[in-house]
Amino acid sequence: MTTRRDFLRGCLAGGAAAATAALPETAAARDTLQRPPEGLGLLYDATLCVGCQACVAACKRANDNPAEFTAMDKLWDTPLDTSGHTFNLIKMYRNGTMETKDSELNGFSFMKTSCMHCADPSCVSACPVSSMQKDPVTGVVSYDPDACIGCRYCVAACPFGIPKYQYDSPTGKIGKCELCRHRHEDGHYSACAEVCPTGATLFGRTEDLLAEAKRRLALKPGDWTTVPRGRLPAEGETPEAAAKWKGPVDQAYQAQVGNYLQHVYGETEYGGTQVLKLSAVNFQKVGLPDLPPKSSAATSETIQHTLYGGLVMPIAVLAGLTWVARRNVVPDDEEKGGQS
Amino acid sequence: MSAHHPAAPVGGKLFNLPVMICSVLIAAMVAVLFVRFIFGLGAVTNLNDGYPWGIWVVVDVVIGSAFACGGFSVAMLVYIFNRGHYHPLVRPALLASLFGYTLAGVGVLFDLGRWWNFWHILWPTYANPNSVMFEVAVCISAYVLVMWIEFSPVFMEQWGLKVQKQKLEKVLFVFIALGTLLPMMHQSSLGTMLVVMGPQVNPLWQTPIVPLLYLLSAIVIGYGVVLFESCVAASAYRRRIETHLLQPMAKVMLGVLAVFVLVRFGDLVVRGAFGHALSPSLEAFFFWLETACFAAPFLIVGTPVARRNPARLFVAGVAIMMGGILLRINGFLIGYDTGLGVDYGWNYFPSIAEMVVTIGMFAAEVLAYIVITRRFPVLAREGAAH
Repeated sequence: MTTRRDFLRGCLAGGAAAATAALPETAAARDTLQRPPEGLGLLYDATLCVGCQACVAACKRANDNPAEFTAMDKLWDTPLDTSGHTFNLIKMYRNGTMETKDSELNGFSFMKTSCMHCADPSCVSACPVSSMQKDPVTGVVSYDPDACIGCRYCVAACPFGIPKYQYDSPTGKIGKCELCRHRHEDGHYSACAEVCPTGATLFGRTEDLLAEAKRRLALKPGDWTTVPRGRLPAEGETPEAAAKWKGPVDQAYQAQVGNYLQHVYGETEYGGTQVLKLSAVNFQKVGLPDLPPKSSAATSETIQHTLYGGLVMPIAVLAGLTWVARRNVVPDDEEKGGQS
Repeated sequence: MSAHHPAAPVGGKLFNLPVMICSVLIAAMVAVLFVRFIFGLGAVTNLNDGYPWGIWVVVDVVIGSAFACGGFSVAMLVYIFNRGHYHPLVRPALLASLFGYTLAGVGVLFDLGRWWNFWHILWPTYANPNSVMFEVAVCISAYVLVMWIEFSPVFMEQWGLKVQKQKLEKVLFVFIALGTLLPMMHQSSLGTMLVVMGPQVNPLWQTPIVPLLYLLSAIVIGYGVVLFESCVAASAYRRRIETHLLQPMAKVMLGVLAVFVLVRFGDLVVRGAFGHALSPSLEAFFFWLETACFAAPFLIVGTPVARRNPARLFVAGVAIMMGGILLRINGFLIGYDTGLGVDYGWNYFPSIAEMVVTIGMFAAEVLAYIVITRRFPVLAREGAAH
């Protein structure tokens, strides 16, 4: 006989998992991760960029990527966006007569599109096979094609639209900037910063880059200031540490201070990114999303670990279900026995 | 459970029109897949980096597995809530689930860009327990295995393996408990997969309680699919509709559905996201379409009299299935926007070839259902019903 008590028992066992799904904020809460102290990154200053695309060409060469043709003559590399074969691109904002550089109205501006190397990357949290990883020291978000199953969850998860898949190949990989980590061993830093003629893209430790960005924001627009190019040496860098990197150290020159918005993009977005950006034109208008300081990876993992941490909850629910099912399952052959 | 009816094969010819149609559709799918595996995903799909997931993921896997929740929903009713009189519905529902999930698992392989590495997801040195997709993959794999075990008495009966069947039935309760737990875990996690996409998903579908919404809706869809299946099977095999079972089950379905609707709207109001439903946007339109589908069953089968009408039960089942489709398509495709709308220009609508594969997958399910119900004891023996 089906009793009310049986029914309630079922409700208890069956409903436990469902009920707890509504309570994600518990001990398993996972905070938004922060940048590692020695983390490497880039500072892109849109007001210094002249849109020459030297960094785009250098990136292609450094990563052994083919040209992408969108013009009829197929004479030179003309990617329309970053892709599985283009990891870095300079995009352009245009408005009205386009008379003034770095002006939102009747002006234009450039913006670099490449991996932001988030402190708490969505792609790393999403990847089911640890193919996307964040280096604990350098903070570089790397990709391992030998582990990758090609599910493209990273492509869907990234708020910057950075990891991209090679749909044109039966063995397509994910393509994204890895900060030229394959060249670090030989003393080469990111190719885009190495070739940038104006220092618009600067390589260094993110903490130093952040200090440099804040220095620029504090200056008066139009004034002259010294701007480094290539690599920004760390504060109080020893000659031994400097010798790790190739290329001339002092490439600084005098440039005019841009009419900056008082915001370093990447300082706090999603817990911060290791690539930082300065712009005179609204960041959303040059293609950078407005993101909260809390990362979605933290929200997602908090929910997951609340429900499945140590498998405590599933095992408890399973025990309840097994106990109830054992009482209620009647083998087909014994059914005549008047069970109901 | 004295009113338990033994199941029996339906019998009849295997070569008839529905089987032929299914075979042609499956052949078309195989042709498309041949091109896909030789030339890559771009050769046959409209996938792009703004919409990296198309209908092969959202329909074949996310929706397909929700449609396959009939077995889970009915088994929970029978074995957990001890409503033994629903027993005749268990086997047909479990069969549909078995194929739904098995094919969802196979369907994933078509979509994986680096499919030869698929085993990494279950391999300890590669697995990432922080990934929602990892949890979904492990649970679905385990559930497919558990379902085959749950269903194996059917084969044992047919092949006269009486001893083995008795042995299995002694421990079957363990698998039934697992078979209830695992779908709870992965059906909720299929919703959690949206969370890491953050603000790229419209606030109408991006919520920390999305796992609860997907779980509740999956249970409701399970009952909806059983209504649909029972009506179609009865009509196709010219059998009597089990109205005496479907009527009270539809009532249970409405109960869970009411909870779902309350949680859905409560969440929107609490998060202050309800305003998005009132904006003149495509997202708002699809939100109301989805809501209409979930509300319709209350009007269609709200009264006991209406629930005795097979046509109404069928339409209510279809409405629920549509609601389930929309909830998932809305979250993963309509309400999804790469780079939060600052990255313009991405569009996705499935190609003919993508649709051929999705249709072929469902045809494979129907074909397998026909063959198994005609040759194995799945449906209740005709005449034994009240």
